[in-house]
Amino acid sequence: MRDVAVVAFAQSAHSFSDLGWTEADLVMPLVNEVLGATGLKRSEIGFTCSGSNDYLVGTPFSFVAALDTIGAWPPIAESHVEQDAAWALYEAWVRIQHGDIDTALVYGFGKGTVGDHVGISSLGYDPYYLAPLVPGHVAMAGLQARALKDAGFDVDPDPTPPPATDGAAAVILAAGDVARRVCSRPAWIRGLDHRIEPHGIGARDLTRSASAALAAERAGVATGPVEFAELHTRFEHEEVLLRQSLGLDEKTVVNASGGPRKADPIMATGLIRIGEAASRIHDGSAARVLAHATAGPCLQHNLVCVLEADSISPEGKR
Amino acid sequence: MGNRCAVIGVGQTEYRTKRADVSMAGLVREAALRALEDAGLTFADIDSVVLGKAPDMFEGVATPELYLADALGAAGKPMMRVHTAGSVGGSTALVGASQVQAGVHERVLVVAFEKQSESNATWALSTHSPFSASLVVGAGGYFAPYIRAYIRRSGAPGNIGMMVAVKDRINALRNPYAHLKIPNIDLAMVEESMMLWDPIRYLETCPSSDGAVAMVLASERAAEAAHAATGRPPAWVHGAAMRSEPMGMSGRDSVDPRAGRDCAADVYRQAGVTEPRRQFAAAEVYVPFSWYEPMWLENLGFAEKGAGWKLTEAGATAFEGDIPWNPSGGVLSSNPIGASGMIRFAEAAQQVRGQAGEHQVAAAVDGARLALGHAYGGGSQFFAMWAVGAKKP
Repeated sequence: MRDVAVVAFAQSAHSFSDLGWTEADLVMPLVNEVLGATGLKRSEIGFTCSGSNDYLVGTPFSFVAALDTIGAWPPIAESHVEQDAAWALYEAWVRIQHGDIDTALVYGFGKGTVGDHVGISSLGYDPYYLAPLVPGHVAMAGLQARALKDAGFDVDPDPTPPPATDGAAAVILAAGDVARRVCSRPAWIRGLDHRIEPHGIGARDLTRSASAALAAERAGVATGPVEFAELHTRFEHEEVLLRQSLGLDEKTVVNASGGPRKADPIMATGLIRIGEAASRIHDGSAARVLAHATAGPCLQHNLVCVLEADSISPEGKR
Repeated sequence: MGNRCAVIGVGQTEYRTKRADVSMAGLVREAALRALEDAGLTFADIDSVVLGKAPDMFEGVATPELYLADALGAAGKPMMRVHTAGSVGGSTALVGASQVQAGVHERVLVVAFEKQSESNATWALSTHSPFSASLVVGAGGYFAPYIRAYIRRSGAPGNIGMMVAVKDRINALRNPYAHLKIPNIDLAMVEESMMLWDPIRYLETCPSSDGAVAMVLASERAAEAAHAATGRPPAWVHGAAMRSEPMGMSGRDSVDPRAGRDCAADVYRQAGVTEPRRQFAAAEVYVPFSWYEPMWLENLGFAEKGAGWKLTEAGATAFEGDIPWNPSGGVLSSNPIGASGMIRFAEAAQQVRGQAGEHQVAAAVDGARLALGHAYGGGSQFFAMWAVGAKKP
């Protein structure tokens, strides 16, 4: 695998109310910010990938308007996932592995304040048996919290969701020498993997996350200490579950940024975890960090990213 | 381009107005199982699953990869969901191929579907967003002005669109999966059909279909193993590219988009194609409205600017012509929107594998020539293409 690093990260000043900003308004300043931070020109970006969800604002192709703002002229090599932009970053990381391009721009955005979250999350469930019941993400999380409580975990069995949020995030990935040129402390991606589980929660043990554990194993989390972890925990009880499944000990500081409980712009929240974790490398405060992103009811789909500074020495440890 | 990648299995469902006999999960699983059977594999052999479809509002199911993970045997594996508007089927194939080309996975299952009967696409395309006015025109109303601009620029005779409609529907008669089969179709029947969006008549537009398509994409080693096991040859990817351009940029040419030209140029450079009309044996190109055949003939370099319609008129793109376009019947004959792009990619692969059955183009199987798969979407702004061949690149 080629060495690829997060070399720049920017996020919006997230809002809990609709300020009248379009997705394009949210994204464009961030794209300019990450380009400015690296000194890269738009024409030097080899691949662009974004993540968003049409249902948040109730219109098809919400990513098309965002494309109008990023300067896709001359035409660019570009793709989009209808997933959290952490998966757009995964697609971009895979694309850089081909060896013919060295950089990628990744962004994600979500206007959570203008939609009905219980309704929208329910539309993401089995359309024949589950969605018609309109259970919503909070009730589904409650089933997992109750399962954990009953299994002896010290969690609140009555979870509350984070406030609906408008926001966006952007990341630039760069390989090898380009990363070193545009960033003084590149956050090298040493492991990146994601795994999905069956959709039906009856087919899963809700007191553990098999997919998070497998992704962590594939990403090599256990090969060293993790100083900071940014976890995609929209509900408080998910932290204890993920700490266990990812193999994090009590020394790992979780969600130093405040985490998704303080800002949850859906479809950017996972990418922000990667950006926040990388920022601990960029500012020199850590040498090895972990980022996690999730999707689906009760942590159905989990992505794990291990980021490291250029050289890990004992002196570098906190 | 990275490591070599090949198509070792293709599976399609029958395309119909309404597949009431299957759920969405049943539909995608039908295509996936057929692709696996073609490749001589089972779900256990698959490393990663990539799902593509057009807007979620077409079925009213958000982020359907979560629900469809079970049906596609994805549990315990990575799963992606691609959405790039109408080009998504092609993009999904390319995202899957990328995982092989990157050396990340050996065997990737790519699946694209639409079950249009669950909702109403023209409604879904015309919803009023909070930030912009809806034209309530659907896709046909959107593209008709581009077509009129093409006719005016090129001076094409008015019957070219009807010729494409007749040709593709006759081709569909040779395709067991095709949705529209009109055995006695001719120019008079097309001309008599209702005008929907001038100049697009009812029989010059694509249907709304339920359907799914799947492919197994494999590394060189896995492709050779599959070939030895099944006796069916792989289709090697010789070139692959995506290009996008803004919808709302003044000065962009939405009739002959630069993103389409650039995307083709990238694919041709990788595949060593300098004369598309001679070097391709067949092309499966996204033509949802009849006039897009001459328009894309020019955009893809098969004809000079303004001369695409002359190839159609001369019969060059017919099944018996020197460069058959859409021998499967194309999007005009089957259109599960999110799958339509991948069907183009899969049909191109079947041509060079010699697996296209009754609509096999004889010149595609000798290995000397390639086949083109093409998809476009949005406001003629998203493009995905690949060139495949029977020989290793």
